Amino acid sequence: MKYSLTVNGANRTVDVAPDTPLLWVLRDHLELTGTKFGCGIGQCGACTVHLNGVPTRACMTPVSTVGRMKVTTIEGLAPAAGKLHPLQQAWTELDVAQCGYCQPGQLMTAAALLRDNPKPTDEDIDGALAGNICRCGTYTRIRQGIKRAAELTAGGKEAAR
Amino acid sequence: MSATTTPRTVNRRDFLKLTGLAGGGFALAFQIRSARGGATSAGGDFRPNAFIRIAASGAVTIVSKQPEMGQGVKTSLPMIIAEQLEVPWSSVTIEQGDFDEKLYGGQSAGGSRSTPNNYDQFHLLGATVRTMLVEAAARTWKVPAAECRAVEGTVVHSSGKKLGYGALAATAATLEVPAKEAVRLKEPKDFKLLGKRIAQVDTPRIVTGQPLFGLDLRVPGMLYAVYEKCPAFGGKVVSANLDFIKTLPGVKDAFILEGNGKVKELNPGVAIIADSTWAAFSARRQLKVTWDEGKVASESWDTFVAEARAKAAGPGQRTLRRDGDVAQALAGAAKKVSAEYVYPFISHANLEPQNTTAHFREGRLELWSPTQVPANGVAMVTRVLNIPADKITLHLTRAGGGFGRRIGTDYLVEAAAIAQRVPAPVKLTWSREDDLRHDQYRPGGLHFLQGGLDAQGRVTAWKNHFFTFGEGGQPGSGGSLSPDEFPGRWIPNFLAEQTMFDTGWPMGPWRAPGSCVFSWVFHSFIDELAHAAGRDPLEFRLELLGTRDEMPAGGGGGGKGKQGGGYSVARMRNILKFTAEKAGWGKKKFARGSGAGIAFHFSHQGYFAQVAEVTVSKDGQVKVDRFVTGGDVGRQIVNLSGAENQVEGSVVDGLGTLLTQELNIERGRVVQGNFHEYPLIRITDSPAKIETHFLSTDHPTTGIGEPAIPPVAPAVCNAIFAATGKRVRQMPLSRVDLRWS
Repeated sequence: MKYSLTVNGANRTVDVAPDTPLLWVLRDHLELTGTKFGCGIGQCGACTVHLNGVPTRACMTPVSTVGRMKVTTIEGLAPAAGKLHPLQQAWTELDVAQCGYCQPGQLMTAAALLRDNPKPTDEDIDGALAGNICRCGTYTRIRQGIKRAAELTAGGKEAAR
Repeated sequence: MSATTTPRTVNRRDFLKLTGLAGGGFALAFQIRSARGGATSAGGDFRPNAFIRIAASGAVTIVSKQPEMGQGVKTSLPMIIAEQLEVPWSSVTIEQGDFDEKLYGGQSAGGSRSTPNNYDQFHLLGATVRTMLVEAAARTWKVPAAECRAVEGTVVHSSGKKLGYGALAATAATLEVPAKEAVRLKEPKDFKLLGKRIAQVDTPRIVTGQPLFGLDLRVPGMLYAVYEKCPAFGGKVVSANLDFIKTLPGVKDAFILEGNGKVKELNPGVAIIADSTWAAFSARRQLKVTWDEGKVASESWDTFVAEARAKAAGPGQRTLRRDGDVAQALAGAAKKVSAEYVYPFISHANLEPQNTTAHFREGRLELWSPTQVPANGVAMVTRVLNIPADKITLHLTRAGGGFGRRIGTDYLVEAAAIAQRVPAPVKLTWSREDDLRHDQYRPGGLHFLQGGLDAQGRVTAWKNHFFTFGEGGQPGSGGSLSPDEFPGRWIPNFLAEQTMFDTGWPMGPWRAPGSCVFSWVFHSFIDELAHAAGRDPLEFRLELLGTRDEMPAGGGGGGKGKQGGGYSVARMRNILKFTAEKAGWGKKKFARGSGAGIAFHFSHQGYFAQVAEVTVSKDGQVKVDRFVTGGDVGRQIVNLSGAENQVEGSVVDGLGTLLTQELNIERGRVVQGNFHEYPLIRITDSPAKIETHFLSTDHPTTGIGEPAIPPVAPAVCNAIFAATGKRVRQMPLSRVDLRWS
């Protein structure tokens, strides 16, 4: 089946089985491998993308259900070429990652949190990020990173690369 | 790489080999006498260690040879070279080297060895190149080299004139490499980079989702493979519905591999090759295989535990260590404590499932793999598939977590075996279920302990009947208790005995093998003894460590242990006091339900002590409020951010393992298949506050990926006891009733 998708603002067409999870459409067919495979059952959050701005598990989302919803992946998180999202800036400043495999999912979940709650507390962060596993255990820095991004956003500081 | 070198033997002198680069740059491969063993013999005594490239433009490229799996070596080890080379970090580009031990020297990442194995050599490499650039400038200006110095990628003369490294590269490439004695290392007081917090070099790619990991790899014309193995370890394929599978959409081929009869190498199974990952996954759901499960399918964890309990009071199969007379000391003890400790098998659960991409053509094999020990992978492919090592190219990808799992290379050999049957590059992707059910596990174990105290509350007797699991007559990795493991050697009447269950279950190194569980058992039991003696747990431990500064290895009839030699009691005492001071041990008043616990451990050449502060709710939920670590890994923290991150991660990993992780093995197979059944720690259970402190001591710089993890679980459990009076003797905590009122 042919599907026309809007991914990171661009129209993309793929010809795949209807039950193909969006995760594998992105990774195998659109060469967007920033969205990660970790468990395949929506438990780890490594595959988190935004559908119309809502954090969604791409591994559990058949391509046939995406329709006209706007797909945003980690590759589309930055506001423009050469610019970073405040979260990406904060992650860099604080050296949040260890292996880094889960971080695209953490960032996508955190981006939705910050958009809806510009000044989250630790409890808010824990609540929002509870679905994203970091096997390396960078949770302390993830909390700090989100708070730093909140500062960067509030300060209106240019988050240049 | 655009430049290559051929290793050769040079007698009694470290040397650098120069190779000219197109465009006037120069490259150096560093060769140095092996640090292992004093004597040198012909061949193999010198090994190349790294590459530096300086282009005419001044761009500096450093090749990182070690596999990167989140431990940070792709950043920290090149930092050492850059420091001594005297270049701004922002001007350096890091490239991941392919597997080539003839060129680079050892490329194994395990045992927290990457830093100690390379530290001194990398200093010398950077300093040697800097020395040559200074000499090049001196010759250009016809002035003495002593009047010139290197400053941030340039050489400056005392008159004020300067030249960039790029402008000097061509001249430097014509110079003799100076002897080690002629190279002056930068002093630690002059370090600009080492000890600072530097973000990992892959950070820009990580945060923007650029391809980086093994699973992200794409080769033109690539196909996708899955591989179904017998749920019971070591089982063989009898038949499979291959003809039907081949008719499914996107499927290109399906076939059976026999395996080589070794559960940690090439297992028998069914490969499905498809034109996409999802096509392969989908076809696999319709795969029907008849298995010959074999004899391992009769083995279950519960049966072994029952057998251990039945045999606990009897003698062990082996005596690991015997000092004094334990029976007499226990009989004469003023107080006796006995306890059973048990911990389960667990998985590494790297978040990036195992994978490898392989392309076999015209007798040559090209591989892309997230592996910790690429040499193991190549050797295994050569042994199992009969492909000569010189026909194998192995590219190292970033690994989405290591933790010891990727020391095993079963997934790599699977991909290679599949590729031999496929006329295209093929990427093998394991499912999470494959990963949990075909790991090389940290073995579980049981310890039946008895301790005796004299009237003054000193430990006079310690007896342990340890039950472990093995393969082929030897304990699995991490299932081997060293006769010298603390507190062996410290207690006058000491008996450690072992009984081993020989199984067909695959076991392998799990982050701080052995230490990660023995520290929990022994520091929990030491805490039991401290409380039985009515003593403060810190004071009790300091008294147990004693006043001597060094504890010699061996004794007790057990031979030299793994931890043999060089247990510096002085370093442990110091780090224990230092950590207690940082944590404010003994100064805080805790309400009922809250408390602090302490533990320490020496492993991987690192001395670590930790204090946990916890709160246990009345319904038994544990929250770690604060976790303080003190670590002594020698003189120099290389990358402070990376080192702190490793400790923070170790704290979370040690806590997560304690809280929930458990695999049930029934009839020779792992019951749990995915994270809903095998929950990993989430942010909600991560400590509210993690504090990390390093104590610099006048000792060689050592690694930090593992030694911070062993004391985590006992510190937390000892805090739980302080908070509730409940002693945790079983992992995971989710099985322990901690409710109180």
